[in-house]
Amino acid sequence: MKLLTHNMLACHIKSVKNGFPFKIEAVRVEEIEADFDPDFLRHIFPRIEYHALREAAETLGAGGLPEQADEASLEDEDFLRAFHHALLEVVLEEGALICPETGRRFPVAKGIPNLLLHEDEC
Amino acid sequence: MGRGNRPEHTAPPEVFYSESEARKYTTNSRMMAIQAALTERALELLALPDDGNPRLLLDLGCGSGLSGEELTDRGHMWVGADISPAMLDVAAEREVEGDLLLGDLGQGLPLRAGTFDGAISISAVQWLCNADTRGADPRRRLQRFFQTLYACLTRGARAVLQVYPEGARQATMLTDAAMRAGFSGGLVVDFPHSTRAKKYFLVLMVGSAGALPAAAGADGEEPDDETAEVAVAARRQPRKKRRGIVGALTGSARHPEAKGKGWVLKKKEQARQRGYANIPADTKYTGRKRKSRF
Ligand SMILES: C[S@@+](CC[C@H](N)C(=O)[O-])C[C@H]1O[C@@H](n2cnc3c(N)ncnc32)[C@H](O)[C@@H]1O
Repeated sequence: MKLLTHNMLACHIKSVKNGFPFKIEAVRVEEIEADFDPDFLRHIFPRIEYHALREAAETLGAGGLPEQADEASLEDEDFLRAFHHALLEVVLEEGALICPETGRRFPVAKGIPNLLLHEDEC
Repeated sequence: MGRGNRPEHTAPPEVFYSESEARKYTTNSRMMAIQAALTERALELLALPDDGNPRLLLDLGCGSGLSGEELTDRGHMWVGADISPAMLDVAAEREVEGDLLLGDLGQGLPLRAGTFDGAISISAVQWLCNADTRGADPRRRLQRFFQTLYACLTRGARAVLQVYPEGARQATMLTDAAMRAGFSGGLVVDFPHSTRAKKYFLVLMVGSAGALPAAAGADGEEPDDETAEVAVAARRQPRKKRRGIVGALTGSARHPEAKGKGWVLKKKEQARQRGYANIPADTKYTGRKRKSRF
């Protein structure tokens, strides 16, 4: 799972009001090269919760993102590279996602989070 | 479609899409061609802005990732969700570019509001019409699915869901549930007059009252590529007793006698109000007896 996806996920347990962001438990992380596409990065930036991305990247051992960023940062090639790397190239292979409100743990295996709910959660 | 011929009647999806079924999605070239052709049409109906920019899309019931690969081929990023671990294993084996989630669409999408530029779904959502586990309530599951889908799309985005509804009742059930969640749009039926090539696409729009796209083959022509026909053939429909929405307006298994013009006009109007596209215009020929040619 890429951090792009992590940034879009929110816990869907029926009773949960604010299920974003999932905390990450990282057991195995991989770096997988992805095509650098500035158009996509600019397109998606306004939709990214930047602080959640930065925190997730640090959990996965990818630093390099500045504390703050805004649309103007997208003019900066260094920032774009770091943003690209955090968003698309750092991949959680094994671990878990933890709901910030309930602490419910969703395992991640072979890069795929298991987000199936129990009957009493939906 | 007759009962017993629908995979949806045999087992829940996570059971039906077993390892051996999933294997077909890597070995059976006909099935692979079908997924590609249906995805291509779904993308056409999705009508993304023609600016060459890559988008972030959802593939609901992404399965083995064949549909997702079509998205990748066009430069898009995508996230896929599926309930079948066996299908997702095949997708992972295929090293698809999109991220995969194991999840049940009927439990709602675990996604933040306003995050995706569009969604497609190929041959998956009709599964939600079935109550295949103890106490599952299809209406509630559909409601949850469409509400969370609506929420996670950006303004002006579309979702195009290709479905195999079991008769007019399920088609209505799906369309109604989508409209209640706030979508505009409706059902586009490609090749409505062809029993073999007929295809249902639920074309849903967020916050725009754009016109529904035109159906292919609405004038009675047959598709010019073979996959469109094969796609239905692969579901092994019995040759007899095939009815779709159009068929349902001219008689049914329970009421085989032809109905009067008034009845036909009423049904056509109801269908229009329910959001179906391609309901033929009312003319002096409406509801007349057709002479058998043979
Ligand atoms: C005909 S296959 C689609 C295949 C896919 N487009 C591909 O390229 O392989 C239908 C898929 O819908 C999935 N499905 C059915 N019901 C589902 C549900 N409730 N939640 C998530 N996925 C579901 C099945 O597991 C199956 O993989």
